[in-house]
Amino acid sequence: MFKLSEKILLLCVGEAGDTVQFAEYIQKNVQLYKMRNGYELSPAAAANFTRKNLADYLRSRTPYHVNLLLAGYDETDGPGLYYMDYLAAVAKAPFAAHGYGAFLTLSILDRYYKPDLTREEAVELLKKCVEELNKRFILNLPSFNVRLIDKDGIHDLEKLPLGAK
Amino acid sequence: MSYDRAITVFSPDGHLFQVEYAQEAVKKGSTVVGVRGKTTVVVGVEKKSVAKLQDDRTVRKICVLDDNVFMAFAGLTADARIVINRARVECQSHRLTVEDPVTVEYITRFICNLKQRYTQSNGRRPFGISSLIAGFDFDGTPHLYQTDPSGTYHAWKANAIGRSAKTIREFLEKNYKEEHVQSDEGAIKLAIKALLEVVQSGGKNIELAVMRQNEPMKILDPEEIERHVLALEKEKEETEKKKKP
Repeated sequence: MFKLSEKILLLCVGEAGDTVQFAEYIQKNVQLYKMRNGYELSPAAAANFTRKNLADYLRSRTPYHVNLLLAGYDETDGPGLYYMDYLAAVAKAPFAAHGYGAFLTLSILDRYYKPDLTREEAVELLKKCVEELNKRFILNLPSFNVRLIDKDGIHDLEKLPLGAK
Repeated sequence: MSYDRAITVFSPDGHLFQVEYAQEAVKKGSTVVGVRGKTTVVVGVEKKSVAKLQDDRTVRKICVLDDNVFMAFAGLTADARIVINRARVECQSHRLTVEDPVTVEYITRFICNLKQRYTQSNGRRPFGISSLIAGFDFDGTPHLYQTDPSGTYHAWKANAIGRSAKTIREFLEKNYKEEHVQSDEGAIKLAIKALLEVVQSGGKNIELAVMRQNEPMKILDPEEIERHVLALEKEKEETEKKKKP
């Protein structure tokens, strides 16, 4: 999870090395925008900037094989989640997941997601996803880092599942 | 097609006239004062009076380079824009490669190398700006550096550039005392006092930026500046009264 700005997080998975390299490059460019212009990029702008970079590199000799989720809070538009994949597609979505675990969690999210979830309901929904993974996923994933973004910025929540070290 | 002749060449007695002319351009720019305190660095600029219809918020002489470093310049504004942009990119580039914020000396050196290259290139003239670069290293030490068009830099405890720089520097040499700038207020007061010496209409034409340790740069509101100016005037009156027997 990379902190792009005070209210934007970028989650990056995929090819080892590509993930950190690409995410840090985007992170520094978002900071440069802040220095040049005096205010931070909105999540939508940051997502499109990221996607454009991904697309440009895709048709070069050095494509980045990374899958991304960009989460942020905008003063005017509120919270937003953007799903991006290594082929430089971008989609604003109410919920999203990458990897083999996505096959399991997307159905849980489909079933239980409602628009206008409260903070507590959203965390409960995330817990349900992790429970499903613990039950059905072939790999044992003992611990998940959880962060929450709201109008006051990025907050660290308790690790899941509860009692994980 | 590149240029084949340098513009900046030596004169018979060893001067680089283009660089000296650039320094003349700097002397015409509006005044900038910098003071390095113990846990604060303060930079103040003389605000040129703007035309009635002009929006004075768009005249920004003090610019952040990164979270821990900022600079103000005297001289050609357009030249400064280029230098500042290159410095900002270098600050982020440094963070990307070494995962640490720049030190004030590093970014000063970078800016000076840039300026020097333009005194030794085909078809280019030197940058017509001097700058005061102020900020904190990641270990918390404050720094204030001055650069000039030739590409030299020096560290200062307090300095001024631009119009009336000499007057202010003499004032600072007389009035800078280590104990005074131990506190934030002390450093700010010294900077305002120095600027008031040369600025015509007092607080209205002063813009001040303060950076405290581990905090982003803050530009003081006009009301705060007025408050300091009034306090300084009162102090002056009281010292005058004490002198009269």
